[in-house]
Parts: sequence; C-alpha cells; structure tokens
Amino acid sequence: MTLELLDSTMKHTISVLVENRPGVLARTAGLFSRRGFNIDSLAVSTTEDPNTSRMTIVVDGPASILEQISKQLYKLIDVIKVMDHTEDDVVTRELALFKVYTADAAKRAEMMQIIDIFRAKIVDLGDKTIIVEATGGCEKIDALEHLLEGYGIKEMVRSGRVVLVRGTKTT
Amino acid sequence: MTSSAPPPRGAIRMTGAQALLHGLMREGVDLVFGYPGGVLLPLYDALHDSPIRHILVRHEQGAAHAADGYARATGKVGVCIATSGPGATNLVTGIATAYMDSIPLVAITGQVNTFAIGKDSFQEADITGITLPITKHNYLLKDAADLPSVVQEAFYIARTGRPGPVLIDLPRDVTVGTVEVDWDELTVQLRGYRPTTRGNTKMIRRVADELLTARRPVLYVGGGIIRANAAQELTMLAHMLHIPVTATLMGKGAFPETDPLFLGVLGMHGTAYANLAVDQADLLVCIGARFDDRVTGDVKRFAPHARIVHVDVDPAEIGKVMHTEVPVVGDAKMVISEIIQELAPRSDAFPDNSAWVAQTDAWKIAHPLMWNLDPDRFCEKQCGEREKPEKCGSTRCHGKHGTIKAPAVVHEIWKATEGQAIVATDVGQHQMWAMQYYLVHEPHHFVSSAGLGTMGFGLPAAIGAQLGNPDHEVWCISGDGSLQMNSQELATAVIHKLPIRIALLNNGCLGMVRQWQKMFFGQRYSQVGLDVGTPDFVKLAEAYGAAAIRVIDQADVSAAIAQARSITDRPVLIDFLCDAEENVLPMIPAGKSVADMILE
Repeated sequence: MTLELLDSTMKHTISVLVENRPGVLARTAGLFSRRGFNIDSLAVSTTEDPNTSRMTIVVDGPASILEQISKQLYKLIDVIKVMDHTEDDVVTRELALFKVYTADAAKRAEMMQIIDIFRAKIVDLGDKTIIVEATGGCEKIDALEHLLEGYGIKEMVRSGRVVLVRGTKTT
Repeated sequence: MTSSAPPPRGAIRMTGAQALLHGLMREGVDLVFGYPGGVLLPLYDALHDSPIRHILVRHEQGAAHAADGYARATGKVGVCIATSGPGATNLVTGIATAYMDSIPLVAITGQVNTFAIGKDSFQEADITGITLPITKHNYLLKDAADLPSVVQEAFYIARTGRPGPVLIDLPRDVTVGTVEVDWDELTVQLRGYRPTTRGNTKMIRRVADELLTARRPVLYVGGGIIRANAAQELTMLAHMLHIPVTATLMGKGAFPETDPLFLGVLGMHGTAYANLAVDQADLLVCIGARFDDRVTGDVKRFAPHARIVHVDVDPAEIGKVMHTEVPVVGDAKMVISEIIQELAPRSDAFPDNSAWVAQTDAWKIAHPLMWNLDPDRFCEKQCGEREKPEKCGSTRCHGKHGTIKAPAVVHEIWKATEGQAIVATDVGQHQMWAMQYYLVHEPHHFVSSAGLGTMGFGLPAAIGAQLGNPDHEVWCISGDGSLQMNSQELATAVIHKLPIRIALLNNGCLGMVRQWQKMFFGQRYSQVGLDVGTPDFVKLAEAYGAAAIRVIDQADVSAAIAQARSITDRPVLIDFLCDAEENVLPMIPAGKSVADMILE
C-alpha cells in the first residue's frame, strides 16, 4: 500500500522509439488523450538512424498506468520500442528560454549574478528585456524560473525533458 | 493467395488502380462492397475489367457492415470501398464497429489529389485523422510505388495478432500513377509489429496447475476463440477436465451451446446460471475475452472468489480491467493446444469436477430461461384470448402494439432451423433475445455488433454473411428501430437475390431504451415510441421487391417461419407485431453485481 502511495505521486520518463513517418506524433499523442493518460512533457526528434525518431515522454501516474501506457503504445504499428527509465541511471536535460524585464537597471546586476550561478547565459539583450537560456535537470530549471519570476518573466518556453541512459545500455 | 491470381514473373507495369486490385486478388479477395464517387473513377474503371465481384450497396455504412458481416461469417478479411469526403465518413461507424469487435477489415477510401490535400478541396476529409483511434492502422498513400507493399501490409495487419480494421486512403493521382514492381519480391517488414502467438512455457504450466487444483473452475470465452479458430481445442479442453463454459456475446459459437457443459452467455442479460457460476467460481479462465463492463458489471464484485487466468493475443487486455494471477499472451488456438499437451501426461491428477458441474446444473433448473422450457408460455394463464389479450389480465399480455412474444419467435426460428442458420442481429432487445434463444453450434454463425452496439448493423451484415456463404441459410433478427437505420440495403439484397430471412420483432418502440426508462426512470417514456409514423414494413419490403409476411397472432408464428423458408430467390421480411411491454430478463443493472440480478 505504501508503495502504491509513493508510486502515485511519481513522474515517469519513457522513451518511445518510433518509425520516422508522417502522422506518428498524432498517433502517439492521440493515444494518450483517448486513453486518459496525462502527458507532462513530450520531446520528439530524429535519432542516429534517419528512419527512426525518439519521443521522450514524461507521464504522471502509478506504475499500473505506466504498464497500460507501454502496452497500448506497443499496439501502434509505428512504435518500435518503449523504455521506462524509472529505474535507469540516466542523464536528464531540459532547455528553457526566459524573456525577463530589465527596465530596472538596479536589478540587472543582481539578475546577472543569478544567471551566472545557474550557468545560464544571456542570448538576447534589449532595451527592456533579456532572453536567458538555461539547460539542465528539471529541478534546476524550476529553481531558476522561480528566482527569475521576481524580476518579471514576460515569456518562457521549455523544451520538455530529454534523457539518455548512461553507459553502454541503449535508451 | 488464391489460384485465381496467377503470380506474375518479374517486375510488371500497371496503374495504381490496377495495382490495388492486383494486390487484393493476391490476398484472396474475390468480393468487395462499395460505392463509387468522383476521385474513385480511375479505380472503378479498372474494376470494370477485374474478376473481383463488386457489390454496390445503397449507403457506404452498408458497405462497411456488409464487409464486416462477411468477415465474421467466413473468417476471411472483409473489404469495403468508399469515395473521399462523405463516402469515407459514412464508413466510420462501420469501421468503429469492426474495431471494437476485432474484426479483420480493409477499408479503401478515395482521397483528393495529393496536391489538393489540405486545401479544403471538394469532398476532402482527413479520413486517416478521423479513423486514427478506430483502426488498427491506417495509411495515406502518397506514392503509387508504395501501393503493392501497403496493400500486403494492410491485409497482414488486419488478419494477424488481434485482428482489426485497416484503412488505406488513396489519393486520385496515386490511382492513375504508375507502379512497376516484382510482386513476388514483396515481403512484409514491420519492425514495430510482431504479434506473440505461442504461450510462455512457464505460464502454460501454471495454467495447468491452476486447472488441476481448482474446485470450481469456469471457462469464460470470447470472440478470440472464433477469430483464432480455436473452437475445437476449447471443446477438447472443457471435456478433458469437465469444466463448465460460459461465453460472451462475441463468443457465441465458440463452444456448442447445446453442450451440457455450456452455461449460456454471461453478463448483463446473460443466464442466471452463468452469472451464478462465475460468482461462485474459484478459478476463472478467460480466453479471448476482455472483461467488458457488460460482462462484469461492478468489477470489484465480479468473480470475487476466483483466481484469474487470462489468455489473450493482445497483451494490453491483460490486467486492463481485472487483476490477473496468470497472464498468458498468445494465440488462443496455440495456447489451448499447449495447455492440453501440458495436461495430457498428468491425467492421474485430473480433478473430479462432477459436484461442481452438478451445482451448475441445479442452477440451470432453478433459474431457466423462460422460453426455452415452455415455448408456448406466451400467456402464463393460457387464456386463449388472443383477439383481446387485455381481457386475461396477465401481466404478460398487455402489449399495446401487438401480442406476439418476441423471445418465443426467436425460439421458433431456432427450432425450425435446428440451430444451423447463420444469424445476424441488430442492437437492442431483439439482439439480447437472439443471444439468449438462438443457440448456435459452430463458430461464425452468430453475427452481432457487441462492443460498439451499432443499430443498423444487422441487415447489411446479413448481406455480407449470405454472400460469403451462398448456400447457407441466413437470418437477420432485427427490431423496428434498428431496421430503419439501414433499410435501404433491402435493395442490395433484392438485386443479388439473397434469400435472407428478416425476422422483424416489431414492438413499435425502442424496446431497450423503453425497458431502462421503465425500470430506472419511473416509467417516464421519453422519445421511445416508434409506432406513430412507422412505415408499413410489409409494403416497404414489397416496394423493394422483397417478399413480406405480417404476423399478428402467436399461433401463426411457426407457419410464417416455414413460409419464409420456402422462399429462396429473394429476401423475405416477416413483420411480427410484438408485445411492447416485454422486458429482457434476467438483468444485472449496469454497474451492479449478481446479487442485484433481476430474474422476474
């Protein structure tokens, strides 16, 4: 029971290896919505094999739901492999861009320090706003977002989580 | 592959339309159901020279259901064709029906030219997008060169693993484009699709262990047995260990229904004894079924004492609804054979299930299906007041519309045909009575929309079933609501001289909805009356050129059935004027359990 309770609050990262074909994203995303599974984030790109794309999907729910998600994904003809990384040793990264107000010059230096500490960088510098680029684990991005909120975030975008398993094991 | 399709040597050149038809023939297709339209002109032009027989329906929905009925009644893949836009969208209900019941179907739709896609062109609809959640897979073909391999893949996907519908969307310019391919070199290569067929050896042993230690085992079987051609193996297993068998609506025919070990169909309108047996079972072996809500009612109270063994070709079905002690992924025929092989050398350990079977027999006697025991019991007082039935005061004789007892009609059809006919049904009360009283002995003999519950399915499905089995007797048991949803297909049946016998259990209302309004909504009958404005079905049938008989008296039922069976050159509709007050019983209300079963 305790395990279930812990489990219910867990976010799972899964990698879905799919055929690089038109419509495959619609098939996968559609499956999540019609089966009532929640997607936290979704990132898609091609892989080392041009015929194959990788989707990194973060889902919210208990292990039993995860099993159903995996089985239902496998039913899609274009899905080649589904990997659950809950137990894996993985490198997790996310990229974020924040557009922050900098009209108040006094606060700009202070903001620079924060950006520095997070090893983020300024990629656009304007009269009234700057754009900050940050990469890292999700907690780091969350923390930076929280701190930048104090200066006024005009816009932000996050890429969604991508992962690769460490070592020789395939993702 | 059939002998009618001689494989060409080396690469040959043809148009996309010709390649499609060639591909169909290589898959053994000799019959398709369809309706032409603008973008399909090149395909229908090629069809003109093809040996493939095309059945022109009167509505594309009829084509989809007919192809589905053909597939259900033959075990082959059904094929339907519709044009782009409205033609394609008219197939949708039929495709969803096939998807819910895992029926192998290939739907071919026309599409506007590739360069016109996305421009809101005339008769353009995104049919691959629309059918994404109701197909096993679908294709939007943009290059004629891909056509041969896509056709082959589509049939492979439709009929293997858990069968289902596959749609091929065919833009007009692809059908006129050129294909040059060596058909013999084609192979299906799908790295993302490799269905499991053999059961895991360890799991097979565990199933055998469970079967040998159970005291009150029940086999609960579904359409998976029929799709996998596993009926013989199932019968062997049940008899080997003397295990009672219950089937789902989809599983009718998986096990001979007159076998003493058969408990009837289970679930909402299943037999009391099937539901009681499942309720008391200590082992429930589910093969090729999926714990549908119409079977389980309240999942928490379904089979509460039983350990669950679940055999299914689709891994996603296992554990979807019920916690499963022994999961086995594989083809039903292969897995049952493996279980039998595992059991055979252990005959010393075979349990004595006779006390348990005796218990299920006792339930059969205690709670029989009424019309089976006494088909003449249309009025329990036997008052003989058929002209003015209200005089007798029996609760069973208060029909306003008619007086005939619909369940008894089904029983009479069953007696007359000796349970040998192929029966297609529509959806509603008549479907449940057909399920309860038309006992079939073999697979592919009961054709009914179970999962989606599609009214309007019966007549076109019967047409498909009859065309797939030209020498077999086919009945369509329907209701006045359902029949009006696709009655235009009477024309199709007449043109092809199909001797389908349509038993219209006409009660002048939407009987199942009326029953629920009576039982659960305080008899507030809302929008269920069909008696005002209903056509004269005899005249309707005759207008199409079909034969028609009207029966108003219970005493004339069997004579009418005999008369209908003597007509062999066209469809015949029998309009039975039935008691509107008749309810389908027993009933376990939705979301309830066997404890809440309504018997009387």
